[in-house]
Amino acid sequence: MASNDAHETVIGLECHVELSTATKMFCGCPNEFGAPPNTHVCEVCLGHPGSLPVPNRKAVEYAIRIGLALGCEIAPRSLFHRKNYFYPDMPKNYQISQYDLPLCVGGHLDVEVDGRTRRIGITRVHLEEDTGKTVHPGTTGRIAEAEYALEDYNRAGVPLVEIVSEPDVRSAEEARAYLTELRATLLALGVSDVRMEEGSLRCDANVSVRSRGAAELGTKVEIKNMNSIRSVERALLFEEERQRRALAEGTPLVQETRHWDEDAGRTLPLRSKEYAFDYRYFPEPDIPPLEPDPAWIEEIRASLPELPAERRARFAEAFDLPPAQVRVLAGSTEWADFFEEAVRLGADPRAAANWMTQDLAGLLNQHRVELSGSKVTPAHLADLVRLVGEGTISSAGGKAALEEAFAKGASVEQIVEERGLRQVSDVAALGAIVDEVLAENPGPAEQFRSGKEGVIGFLVGQVMRRSGGAANPKLAQDLLRERLLTGG
Amino acid sequence: MGDPREPCDLPAHEIAARLASGEGSAGQVVESSLARIEAVDGRVRSFLAVTAEQARQRAAEVDRRRVAGETLSAVAGIPLALKDVLATRGIPTTCGSQILRGYVPPYDCTAWARLQAAGSVLVGKTNCDEFAMGSSTENSSFHPTHNPWDLDAVPGGSSGGSAAAVASGQAVWALGTDTGGSVRQPAALCGVVGMKPTYGLVSRYGLIAFASSLDHVGTFTRTVRDAATLLSAIGGHDPRDATSLPGPPPDLAATLEEGVRGLRIGVLEEGFGEGVEPGVRDRIGEAVDRLAALGAEIGEATLPHAGYTLSAYYLIAPAEASSNLARYDGVRYGHRADDPRDVVDMMTRTRGEGFGDEVKRRIMIGTYALSAGYYDAYYGQAQKVRTLIIRDYEEAFGSFDLLLSPTSPTTAFRLGERTDDPMAMYLSDVFTIPANLAGVPAISVPCGVDERGLPVGLQLTGKVLDEATVLRAAHAFEQDLGWTTRPPLLEAAAG
Ligand SMILES: [Zn+2]
Repeated sequence: MASNDAHETVIGLECHVELSTATKMFCGCPNEFGAPPNTHVCEVCLGHPGSLPVPNRKAVEYAIRIGLALGCEIAPRSLFHRKNYFYPDMPKNYQISQYDLPLCVGGHLDVEVDGRTRRIGITRVHLEEDTGKTVHPGTTGRIAEAEYALEDYNRAGVPLVEIVSEPDVRSAEEARAYLTELRATLLALGVSDVRMEEGSLRCDANVSVRSRGAAELGTKVEIKNMNSIRSVERALLFEEERQRRALAEGTPLVQETRHWDEDAGRTLPLRSKEYAFDYRYFPEPDIPPLEPDPAWIEEIRASLPELPAERRARFAEAFDLPPAQVRVLAGSTEWADFFEEAVRLGADPRAAANWMTQDLAGLLNQHRVELSGSKVTPAHLADLVRLVGEGTISSAGGKAALEEAFAKGASVEQIVEERGLRQVSDVAALGAIVDEVLAENPGPAEQFRSGKEGVIGFLVGQVMRRSGGAANPKLAQDLLRERLLTGG
Repeated sequence: MGDPREPCDLPAHEIAARLASGEGSAGQVVESSLARIEAVDGRVRSFLAVTAEQARQRAAEVDRRRVAGETLSAVAGIPLALKDVLATRGIPTTCGSQILRGYVPPYDCTAWARLQAAGSVLVGKTNCDEFAMGSSTENSSFHPTHNPWDLDAVPGGSSGGSAAAVASGQAVWALGTDTGGSVRQPAALCGVVGMKPTYGLVSRYGLIAFASSLDHVGTFTRTVRDAATLLSAIGGHDPRDATSLPGPPPDLAATLEEGVRGLRIGVLEEGFGEGVEPGVRDRIGEAVDRLAALGAEIGEATLPHAGYTLSAYYLIAPAEASSNLARYDGVRYGHRADDPRDVVDMMTRTRGEGFGDEVKRRIMIGTYALSAGYYDAYYGQAQKVRTLIIRDYEEAFGSFDLLLSPTSPTTAFRLGERTDDPMAMYLSDVFTIPANLAGVPAISVPCGVDERGLPVGLQLTGKVLDEATVLRAAHAFEQDLGWTTRPPLLEAAAG
């Protein structure tokens, strides 16, 4: 979307993040994705009469971690409220959430777009509980068309934080950058596995378009049902375009909630009736105000890990790497720790970065595994970089060794020995091979002598083949030239 | 004729002493209680469920431990009744409502779990107004309960079944719940001791919520000493209730004998105003004289905002109830409407069929009070009144150790007399509601009967967590009064 036109797009993002606490928000049930339906439930998360919610201290801690990482103020006193509406996946027919007194307020997240840093304001971060899941067997998913519905309450009561941004995002690309950075930050904090496809990160967006520089926002549209960062970007691009066209055509826009249809690649209005709720918020009488001890907050602050933005700055400074590599390596704790450990074990940073971002990333991608799920270790990487650097193995041999390590996990030294990847750099041994090659290829040798320099490549190739790939190609060429030019 | 009293007519502390000395067994005590239920409950109708077999088994277990020489707790072997809003694992718990007919909780409320662990013997679940909403037990969707002192009169409510059961010897003691007076008012109307502790002293876990910020578990006993014992057994911090106060269970019996000499007792002027029956006024006046004679310093006190308490209560309680009762939708448990068209139809008809009129009335009031645009004018304003009442108490407790009033402006009224007049019914709780709004402890202790022979209750209210003073004064009064009159129902049975 052109940005030099008369209109600008204003986007605010609301993200729901499932916290990876051991237990649920208000009861002791395991907080675990993928268990058989209704096996992680108790009287509390099923809303049985008389049961009471007790806030999970770990979830409060995680929410404070997020708030501190985003530069928020931690409210000395915040409240849980009840958000009342009837829905069968909500056991109590109210959701315990936070309303006018959230736990964390007023932070920001810096994101990079086109090499420029943009600061996106964070309005608030608050705690709430997740709902169960409704399944409508054999239908398109709309309750009205189903014969019956099934409820799975394993997810009911899982701790959620809602992270609400200011309407500071100006493009779909910025939204993607924001979500990517938020995701990396949450991963670094260790508070969530942030898997959009499993629903542990969910995102809604408010979008409007207004005259550039206007103080008032345009007609706001809320978009729901975006299941990946990519689909957020696509939905926003579509919606931005739709609203701009409407403005250009003079068609009035209505304030509404629209649903992103991933397959059709467009947003569609939800029947407004479905969302015409009066939630009748009131303070949750079963839970006293949250008043976290300031000493505890400072303890949490002191325990914050290095955040992705800080790490990027440090990597760029300490290792002299190009920005693209810094983004990949510093983008997650997993990659950053792996890289730094390899460097600590003696690997040259630039070489290690190349191996990781090219060959290793390619292997992971090809086999669809995470770095943590592969057999490759920082020690493998350090050995690889050292052996290639010393000339003990060729870079082709290095690739082969990496693949082998990836598949089997054996040490690089062992792989090099077993597969005979060590470069033959012994002049006598290699000289013998060179002599054989020249004897068997009198034609090309003659061509070289008569000035066709290019044929040397063919001869080096022959030496490599005969040596089973173990020859040091540089040395092979030197020996070939020496013999051919001295006429030997 | 000797002592007409059966074991089930004795106060708990006497039964415990007999069991400890080997004079009789828990088995005999529970049989006496079950026999009484058999004899009178056809007329009183205290119970929604009698758990005779479990009670016998538990009593036998207590006897085994007793014979083996174990020291029994103060509640072991004593027949107990529980109001049917307290969740009991494996035993139907209905809240007096059709919407929970047949519902069997998968867990125990904390109060019962603690009593059970201490050897208490549950004889049954008692009738109440539906979801504890009412002051006469006539809102039970199953049947009304009759007052043992006059079978044509109400036992009070909402915990009328528990009060009537203790008054008629069907249980030695009982638990109820008190949201606006639902323990103290029926205790007064049935001539037993009813105690509502400080909010948070007894866990609400498993108390099926009516209005969470006002709900309390309370006790029905024959004596103040028993109230101290029972409260000590169920009180103390519970990690499952976030509003439960820290600290171990209190030992409330320790200071019971310290008397009232020097205690400053403020007599609430509101307690002698319009709508208070002469019989009630007379007994309360005599009680004041008696306390003065025992050495208490009597003065006049007032809660200036007491006049607004009913209005505030009837916004806060229904508002919370409208949310608390939203879970009864037919999806997971309880009643579900037949052949629903869709989920909205299922929820709508389930609730329409399952709830009674008073419950629906309060859900509608509460929903309205919380609605966008009305919240500040209703719920918000009511919370401000609540704050004022809390301040009224703080002010009054600056001058007094205890506040005194009637528990209820009237003695037991006729069945059906107020069922068509919600306001008249609501006025039954005018003296009890303030203590719920402020969360302070209060007791109702019998102080004689009116000219029709119906019991009158004296209410003493104390400071937050000062149950000890409330109980100590009530005990001194009770000992001095020496009131031993029994309901005519029992005298007739014995005679
Ligand atoms: Zn649970």
